[in-house]
Amino acid sequence: MKNLDTKTSINWLKYASPKTFYPLAGKLIPWCVIGAVGLIVYGLYIGLFVAPTDFQQGEGYRIIFVHVPAAWFSMFLYLLMAMYAGLGLVLNARLSYMMATAIAPTGAMFTLVALVTGSLWGKPMWGAWWVWDARLTSELILLFLYIGYFSLQAAIDDKNRADKASAVLALVGAINVPIIYFSVKWWNTLHQGASVSLMKAPAMATVMLKGMLVMAIGFWLYSIAVILIRVRCEILERDSKAAMFNLGL
Amino acid sequence: MPKTKLTQELGTFSVLYRILARDIKVALRRQSDVTAVFFFFIIAASLFPLGSGADPKLLSAMAPSVLWVTALLSCMLSLSRMYSSDYADGTLEQIMLSNQPTVLIVLMKILAHWVLSGLPLVFVAPLIGLQFNLSSAELQILAVSLLMGTLALSLIGSIGAALTLGIRGTGVLIAILVLPLYIPVLVFGAGAVNAASIGMSPNGALSLLGAVLAMALVFAPLASAAALKIALE
Amino acid sequence: MGFLASNHVLIADNLVGVRGERLLFEKLNFELSNGTVLYLQGANGTGKTTLLRTICGLSKPYAGVVNWCGEDINSLAEEYFKHVLYIGHLPGIKEDLTALENLKFSLALSGKAISANQATEVLNMLGLAKGLNLPTRMLSQGQKRRVALARLWLQELPLWVLDEPFTALDVNATSLLKQKIEAFANEGGIIVMTTHQEVTLNVPKFEQLRLDA
Repeated sequence: MKNLDTKTSINWLKYASPKTFYPLAGKLIPWCVIGAVGLIVYGLYIGLFVAPTDFQQGEGYRIIFVHVPAAWFSMFLYLLMAMYAGLGLVLNARLSYMMATAIAPTGAMFTLVALVTGSLWGKPMWGAWWVWDARLTSELILLFLYIGYFSLQAAIDDKNRADKASAVLALVGAINVPIIYFSVKWWNTLHQGASVSLMKAPAMATVMLKGMLVMAIGFWLYSIAVILIRVRCEILERDSKAAMFNLGL
Repeated sequence: MPKTKLTQELGTFSVLYRILARDIKVALRRQSDVTAVFFFFIIAASLFPLGSGADPKLLSAMAPSVLWVTALLSCMLSLSRMYSSDYADGTLEQIMLSNQPTVLIVLMKILAHWVLSGLPLVFVAPLIGLQFNLSSAELQILAVSLLMGTLALSLIGSIGAALTLGIRGTGVLIAILVLPLYIPVLVFGAGAVNAASIGMSPNGALSLLGAVLAMALVFAPLASAAALKIALE
Repeated sequence: MGFLASNHVLIADNLVGVRGERLLFEKLNFELSNGTVLYLQGANGTGKTTLLRTICGLSKPYAGVVNWCGEDINSLAEEYFKHVLYIGHLPGIKEDLTALENLKFSLALSGKAISANQATEVLNMLGLAKGLNLPTRMLSQGQKRRVALARLWLQELPLWVLDEPFTALDVNATSLLKQKIEAFANEGGIIVMTTHQEVTLNVPKFEQLRLDA
């Protein structure tokens, strides 16, 4: 295979080249999986058994041990995706685009988890599966942003263009996320939305915070593992195509 | 062959003005495109009372959201045309190769789109608002919020139009990309009218709308220019 | 023509062209100075258009650099566009506008205002006298092509990038264009072009590049 990559790949970051990245990622994945399983099990244990019952909301509130970290990660992963997308545009590095592409499904999954757990919690609390609470509404819009990203990528056949165009969209979305979040909060106060919000419900006891943090780190390791697996698949796929057309990756 | 220099140099402003003027001239020769958006707005807004019943109180409560959402959809309908015809006949690549910064050229294309599809709505929306039983104070705020808001919609929409250039099934795709990004404009625009209708000051919402517009003015031409370059590669 | 008096150099440095996942050309090097015509050859799909678009700055090369008078065109951006005239395989004219309007607009894009008389003169010379005030959608394919090419007679830019300029032209227009290209090169202009027609050009420096070799 001819190596054409001397100018476009970034040599100053050793692991930025897919060839070095591939085996390294392979070594990291098992550790992340083990850590993720351990921490999520431990976090669930804290959430379900150690944390005290809430006197106002009973046992139902325990869903926040999943809901809150999922909501954190839905936003965090969007920003991370946008960061890799921006890096890809600036450095013209394919690995960055692959990372952005690989992060998107996990981010969307956490968004969906946050939405589902939010409405599960909402049924006993508000008496309805869906209330236009500021937080849930923002999550819903975030899901729309992820859907836009997937749709654009799916619609463009040329991989190179799909990478770049969806990177621009991710960046635009990332600039919009705080504005959308603020506008939804503002809208919520103007229209007097749900009075009980998922976040401010119980006073945050130390044990609850601990549970959520453990879950969050577990989710983080899970995300890393899944993202690395996806990037490895993507490298293999592009590599075989590139080999077919006699192109260096 | 001209041996002497007969031509005259044009400054940045004149070149940009010609780009804007050309878009408007072309649109006016194809009036159906412009009037279709206009009539869509009127027809779609008139459907709501038919769906909800003609209770004046209900109508005036619904009016800000109905008129704003309809205006938003009307602006969106014409987005796919913003760059596609220039892309198809090759004038887009000629414009991109002009001696002016791409960002400014894109801004002219956006302004042309706004003049042709956003601005007419600013004038017709208060008339439709009358049918929805809005007071004159509310109608004024509606017009002001649409004046700022439709420009923001054209700016943000331009990104979607540029990203989807040359892709099949563009219309629906643009909607999916652009609608979530339109939400702050809708919230503050309709919010201003809502505030006016419950007797609150609309100034807060209007200045937030102005802030969104200012952000869009800075970022949207940059993002659109980047997207157009990607599309033309 | 004063704008051709100074020295211009266009250098392709290790250009690599890729379309989708397919390699079109690699390690392409050439240097063009005043009065050179570079004639690109190759079957369909060998990357002629991609190379032309790379040279005029519409596409970024997959790897390598295009240099104009010592500077990377990528960093020159619209400064570079002040020197390039590109006529692609798309006509680049608006069908709703007249030939006159189209010509004036394309000159305005490079910062030139011309009088209606000057524009009319060139369009008449190209045999478009009858269609001056018709929307160009009423014109034939060859006539549209001539409207697009009319810029060559008015726009004073030192580098021409022409993608199949002879397509759809009749004998008359072909010979006018050939004369124009020769005159331009003889006065010091640089041309990069493709064509499927057999054209012999009488120019100072004539170079050929086969992309499918």
